[in-house]
Amino acid sequence: MDYALKRFLQLIPILLGITFLSFLLMYMAGSDAVTELYTNRGIEVAQEVIDARRAELGLDRPFFEQYVHWLWALLHGDMGVSYVTGEAVFAAFLSKLPATLLLTLLSVVLTVVISIPCGIAAAVHRDKGMDLLLRFGSFIGNAMPNFFVAMLLMQFLGIQLGVLPVISSGMDVKSAVMPTLTLAIAMSAKYLRQVRGTVLDELNKEYVQGAMARGISDRVILWKNVMKASMLTIMTLLALSIGSLLGGTAIIESIFMWDGVGKLAVDAINMRDYPVIQMYVMWMAIIYVMINLMTDLLYHRLDPRIRMGGSRR
Amino acid sequence: MSDITIRVQAVRRDHLQRKLLVFGVLAGLLIVAAFFSSSLCPYDPYEQNLAIAKAAPSAEHWLGTDRYGRDMFSRVIAGSYTSIFSTLLLVGFISVFGSLVGILCAWSGRWIDTMVMRVSDMFLAFPGLVFALAVAAVLGGGVQNAIVALAAISWPKYARLARSQTLAQQERPYMQAAKMAGCGTLRMIRRHLVPNIAGPILVTAMLDIGTMMMELAGLSFLGLGAKPPIPEWGSMMSDTRNLLATQPWVTLAPGFAIFFSVMIFNLLGDTVRDWLDPKNRR
Repeated sequence: MDYALKRFLQLIPILLGITFLSFLLMYMAGSDAVTELYTNRGIEVAQEVIDARRAELGLDRPFFEQYVHWLWALLHGDMGVSYVTGEAVFAAFLSKLPATLLLTLLSVVLTVVISIPCGIAAAVHRDKGMDLLLRFGSFIGNAMPNFFVAMLLMQFLGIQLGVLPVISSGMDVKSAVMPTLTLAIAMSAKYLRQVRGTVLDELNKEYVQGAMARGISDRVILWKNVMKASMLTIMTLLALSIGSLLGGTAIIESIFMWDGVGKLAVDAINMRDYPVIQMYVMWMAIIYVMINLMTDLLYHRLDPRIRMGGSRR
Repeated sequence: MSDITIRVQAVRRDHLQRKLLVFGVLAGLLIVAAFFSSSLCPYDPYEQNLAIAKAAPSAEHWLGTDRYGRDMFSRVIAGSYTSIFSTLLLVGFISVFGSLVGILCAWSGRWIDTMVMRVSDMFLAFPGLVFALAVAAVLGGGVQNAIVALAAISWPKYARLARSQTLAQQERPYMQAAKMAGCGTLRMIRRHLVPNIAGPILVTAMLDIGTMMMELAGLSFLGLGAKPPIPEWGSMMSDTRNLLATQPWVTLAPGFAIFFSVMIFNLLGDTVRDWLDPKNRR
């Protein structure tokens, strides 16, 4: 419990850092945010009007004062309004978040289903046909950008075979298949290698030889000892790879028109709707940091070597 | 026993050497081709000819033409220049800059180290492309800005690597010996430290080329990198994406170009990693 508390306290500067960088980004763009607002509507206005609007938004005050003011508002639940729609950005973000979380969750589940059995199989049949085939597959998957995978899937599953809709029509099963598959392919390719490496490392340890010498069957060694020992590392690596997944959803969501925060962010980028972009960046980082923290705490809880105060490895 | 081990290692090393040569030459060819891409194009990649728009692949136009009648084969070749050189520039910059920051941190210690590492923690708190997206959005697109955005999120990795490597090397007797022999700081870093930490950094950089190429293409795909009509693989794919149903070759060709380039650089990176692995040393 003490450890968890310590980790929570360590989180505070990180969270401050995240808000600071998110604000800094917005500040860098902020100088012309008001002008953007008017040019978006196609109105040309006098400099006085722009200055007045800037003063109203507090954009003329010094940087640090603006940051503190913004952070204070943030802590009170006021996260600004969209330049384009005029709606509160946090509400918009929250309403789109379930779609992204669903997509992320589905991709993670599919990744686990594909890569853990494949990774174990590759490690057990090291350098044999199975291993070479799986490594080849993972190599191909690693060299394909996710938007290219998306296009290929659209071409084959959507257009040629016509079994799936090319553009999602809401949060139904059929629409979810292609975006999930795209994200899971890229992630599995990377993750399969890591699972294979972890299991191989464990298989090469002396206790495995010892168990084999004592005549314990391969299956028992693999499932009862090796898997138990590798699972922690495998789970940690999975949690860490969620970061790239959270970033990857932006492109995939906008390709498949999946109505999540990634698409919200890409649309906001195209319209230079900075408050929305800021909200997206900040909350994605917070979610990511939280996932990492939970992984760490879980790791700490499950691994007796660490819990008892020993060092890692 | 040891004879056999040495023999196995020698065979493996010969095999690695051959692989290194093959992939090195392939990557070299790719870079040279990209450099001379403007003279390799059979047609002007910018020239529009609406009379032959959306043509299927033929003897004259190997990959057909896009909706403005521009020759896709020429555009894919011309795109290699932007895609490959901006990636190499990016990886070169972040690996050198990040490593210098890391060495500086480890060497000076104290508050510089603490401060820079906290800053890098801040950057590492953002997942994957998310921060790069925002930086590119704020800077407003363009190849240079996409490079800046990706550089901003990727330097901490090298800083951390160089820092931990430097800290590990500083403990070694040879460094102490060099110091006792009256070696100056700069000379020590240049002559003794850098050659000994360059390996892992080089491997990371080589393996990063493929990733960075895909991320740059991803930013361009979203309209945050190279702007049309400049031929760039990522932006070409998003530009032609509504032709996917009718002329899939137009949309998919740049994708295959990214795929093959990334594959060559990944193969080279993997081989360099195995080559530098102490297990394969004679």
